[in-house]
Amino acid sequence: MSTPQLPSQAPGYWPGTAPAAGGFVSPVPMRKATLADAVLAEWTKIRSVRSTMWTLGVMVALIVGVGMLIAVAVQGSSPAETNTASPLALGFIGVLLATICVITLGVLTISSEYGTGLIRTTLTACPSRSRVLTAKAVVFSLLTLVITLVSTLAVAAVHSSVLGSRSTYEPTGGDWLRATVGVSLFMALLGLLSLAVGALVRHSAGAITIMLGVVLLPMILALFMMMDSLRGVRDALLQYSIPAELAVLYGTASGTGAGPTGWEPVWIMAGLAAVGLAGAYAALARRDA
Amino acid sequence: MIELEGLTKRYGDKLAVDRLTFSVRPGVITGFLGPNGAGKSTTMRMVLDLDNPTGGTVLIDGRHYRQLHNPLRVVGALLDAKAMHGGRSAYHHLLCLAQSNGIPRSRVREVLDTVGLTPVAGKRTKGFSLGMGQRLGIAAALLGDPQILMFDEPVNGLDPEGIHWIRNLMKSLAAEGRTVFVSSHLMSEMALTADHLVVIGQGRLLADTSMSGFIAENSRGYVRMRSPDQERLKDVLSGAGITAVPGTEGALEVQGEDAAHLGELAARHRIVLHELSPQRASLEEAFMRLTAGAVEYHAHANHQPPPPAAPGPAWGDDWRKKGS
Repeated sequence: MSTPQLPSQAPGYWPGTAPAAGGFVSPVPMRKATLADAVLAEWTKIRSVRSTMWTLGVMVALIVGVGMLIAVAVQGSSPAETNTASPLALGFIGVLLATICVITLGVLTISSEYGTGLIRTTLTACPSRSRVLTAKAVVFSLLTLVITLVSTLAVAAVHSSVLGSRSTYEPTGGDWLRATVGVSLFMALLGLLSLAVGALVRHSAGAITIMLGVVLLPMILALFMMMDSLRGVRDALLQYSIPAELAVLYGTASGTGAGPTGWEPVWIMAGLAAVGLAGAYAALARRDA
Repeated sequence: MIELEGLTKRYGDKLAVDRLTFSVRPGVITGFLGPNGAGKSTTMRMVLDLDNPTGGTVLIDGRHYRQLHNPLRVVGALLDAKAMHGGRSAYHHLLCLAQSNGIPRSRVREVLDTVGLTPVAGKRTKGFSLGMGQRLGIAAALLGDPQILMFDEPVNGLDPEGIHWIRNLMKSLAAEGRTVFVSSHLMSEMALTADHLVVIGQGRLLADTSMSGFIAENSRGYVRMRSPDQERLKDVLSGAGITAVPGTEGALEVQGEDAAHLGELAARHRIVLHELSPQRASLEEAFMRLTAGAVEYHAHANHQPPPPAAPGPAWGDDWRKKGS
């Protein structure tokens, strides 16, 4: 290396006369940044983009709007048609449609940063990649959880009060919890899995396609497995597909006895999300941004 | 202070950055010069820990970038003017960066004012011109009032007024004692701003020298002579042991001789001169000559600035051939 030549024009500073940290000391107050700061930053990010707000709006509209439409439709029909099923189960269709919004939003939360190049700015501001991913996961999953919980509670309340008298089935406390808290947890975890896939694939369209495939393909594949030798595979695909697991939480699964029951879908989804996120943490730490 | 020690980055077979060792000191503007694809941006990304080096280390004030608690308070960087979400407003783009480092919200308004984007603070960045995006990127770099600033091609896309502004901004930042590290592929731009120069080509260090040293070493002068009696002039010159080479527009170019001496020589032989003008090769030419020979200079492993190439008979022709 060549011997460093002393700068000839440095009015305010001469190397060697200033503290080792550098000659410049900023007047702006400084404190150690924490995960809470990263979470706050992610919250600002998520609320300051219109597409996020639109997607969330559509999600609420689907859960509540479709729920209300079904309530009106059922009310118009004869009482006998719903007499044995839980009135809460009528919320299923709206939530099933809303999964598309959750998947899109989960993927976009991270993949849009890769698409625009913002990820490099983000990682420059917060070099700990695990902190960035954790902050995103916390903000996105809590937001999804709260919004789905409020929406499903509203729909469940309407369904049980308006249609409860038309059914012989009286929903228990457990039914209520599963159809609101359980469904909301399931949706938040599905969103986390989407976030993880978005972080792994780093491409919005690709990640959304993968997630839609995960949701839809098992049922479609099962439709074409008519051979007896494939019966086991077919049943598993049907019982463990994401729509079927959601139906279990609403207590409307086809009653063959096998497959997940009770709260199991939530634990299954939690496992999937954990595996996905572990992969995302590992990939983010290893890869170049 | 940024210190690079044997920094290397390999993409498959291609060595993008090859054992770079140099340091960027505070109080001066250090220009980081190299042709497109020389590895400037890759080096800057490794400084910021965005890309993992294949070998070697980068230290920022003695620490790794990943160890900085509030990186924006230590290093401000402008890497890519378009590294923002088009759907987010300029204000919110800066706000989320400020929040992630615990920087007070008031700084966002301050830096927007500094770069002159206050009138469009609430506008989504999708509609920004390249120059406005560049200004927003500079605002983000200044957000934490850091002691080290890195700009990757900051004048790209700026209008003349903007270029003037960024030059003065960099000078004032360096004058405050900050470390300013700015990359460019334009020698002319560096000549106006940089005090110190680091030149790389094909990922390797070609020069690490002061700007004035670089100018002295690399831009050698020559004298242009024109006469109606060109043949006699040539004879007289060669008679005096001076080599003249044909230049443009029928002129003769003489290297390593004083213009006054040449004029006197012509006068003594009563030769009419239509032109006798000392010329200086532009720094741009010197830079192209330096980087065109990137492979040749590989032998200077001790990172000394390469010696000036021996003056050939047709000076300047060699870089033109390689450059075209």
